[in-house]
Amino acid sequence: MNALIDIRDVHHAYATSSGPLPVLAGLDLSVREGGFTAVVGPSGCGKSTLTRLVAGLMIPDRGTVSLHGEPVTSPRSTVGMAFQNPVLLEWRTILQNVLLPLEIVPTRLSRSQQQERALSLLELVGLAGFEDKRPSELSGGMRQRASLCRALVHQPDVLILDEPFGALDAFTREDLWQIMHELKAREPFTGVLITHDLRESIFLADQVVVLSGRPARTQYVLDVPSDGPRDLDMLYTPESVEMLATLRREIQIAREGESADPAENARS
Amino acid sequence: MSRKLFVPLIAFAVFLALWELLVWANDWPNYKMASPTDLVPAFVKYWELFLSMGWQTLWRTVVGLLLAVVVGVLLGMVMGFSRTMRDALYPLLVGFNAVPKATVVPIVALLFVGAHDFNTVLIAFMISFFPIAVSVSIGLSTLEPEYRDILRSLGASQFTIFRKIALPKTLPEFFGALKVAVTLAFIGTNLMEIVSPHGRGLGALFDSAKTNSDYPLMFAVLIALAFLGIVLYYVVVALESIFAGWAERSPS
Repeated sequence: MNALIDIRDVHHAYATSSGPLPVLAGLDLSVREGGFTAVVGPSGCGKSTLTRLVAGLMIPDRGTVSLHGEPVTSPRSTVGMAFQNPVLLEWRTILQNVLLPLEIVPTRLSRSQQQERALSLLELVGLAGFEDKRPSELSGGMRQRASLCRALVHQPDVLILDEPFGALDAFTREDLWQIMHELKAREPFTGVLITHDLRESIFLADQVVVLSGRPARTQYVLDVPSDGPRDLDMLYTPESVEMLATLRREIQIAREGESADPAENARS
Repeated sequence: MSRKLFVPLIAFAVFLALWELLVWANDWPNYKMASPTDLVPAFVKYWELFLSMGWQTLWRTVVGLLLAVVVGVLLGMVMGFSRTMRDALYPLLVGFNAVPKATVVPIVALLFVGAHDFNTVLIAFMISFFPIAVSVSIGLSTLEPEYRDILRSLGASQFTIFRKIALPKTLPEFFGALKVAVTLAFIGTNLMEIVSPHGRGLGALFDSAKTNSDYPLMFAVLIALAFLGIVLYYVVVALESIFAGWAERSPS
């Protein structure tokens, strides 16, 4: 089995004041080493719970989450995370922000090597010359780029992206998609991307997983034929249009399944 | 820089002129309202008293304030990290804060009779720790979970998360509260100095001026208190710009 991330039949429920609220019910997901998987599904279906499971911030009620064939029981420093909110530390410069993980994760790099690595990442995402600025001096897209650098600086083998481009305008988002491809060509990570944007999912990922409505299970898996770097024209080929139509149909089914859920009707 | 000093000085001069004008226009005698020119002789005559009493007031206020910072930050941390503690302590603290400290002063004065320094510091502390505790607890409890997750997912300990993120992120709120606490602490110190018999400090000087019907001296004490308050406030502002200067947006 060469899956780096392997999630098998995971069930999880949150304790709420009105009893347990199941969010995941039979989730399966497998990402090969070096793969990039996008997870799409209706709002509030448990996608963010999935990222917390992979990061080891939560243990599922049932089922297993494994990295490299080993069950995840606690956070591990070989994971990098970026969220919709770039959560940069306002009192640090951009460079100091990018270096933050190296202050926590044990590293073999010397101080100057750390700086060098951070600076080369910043250059790769187009932030050369901004390393001494504060986050408040940067635009939203630039902050998100810095946040990606921070997620990768300690050379994680798993990169978890929880809707990192959701709050950006359409053009900035497309710029960052390109940057993701450049990062992927240079950094050897395995990616999990949570997103609401179907175009984003097929442009970035080689596998798109559609989750059902809450409680989520794996409803559909789409393989995106990948042949190296992509450009935005790829989104307008007949194959892509067909993939998008398929995904949209699956999301529709997921949402209908959710509204037919008697528990959901009882709550609302 | 010179503009930063110049503008407040002009404002101060205008304030004194208006005050003088008000007294002069109404032809008030100095026992009704002393004018700025009445204060000069009072300062000249009692300058040694002002220095020694001012020092008394200052150090006790500062010690009370430091105590308020320590206790306020600890309480704020406890309430910021634990929901249960927040639910438990908030009503108590609000109730405690709602009691007018003027009513607590005689109780404390009787409880620790004769311990004037201790009593004064205690009241200065009691009146000023509340805003610090509240602001620190709000700063910590409103920390976005993503901040925590970024460090937790790397295996950082709770203490590391506190030191690297929670603490610096709370500093602007802390200094905001400290500015309020500074002026409150002065009120506390003076309440005790005025009320307790054989007290010391500017409050006691005010009280003895009242006993002797030296009205210009009473007003002079008020001005001296205002001066000390301004000095301490700007010390806090200076500390803020050193430790939390990043929170200030550069004017552009």
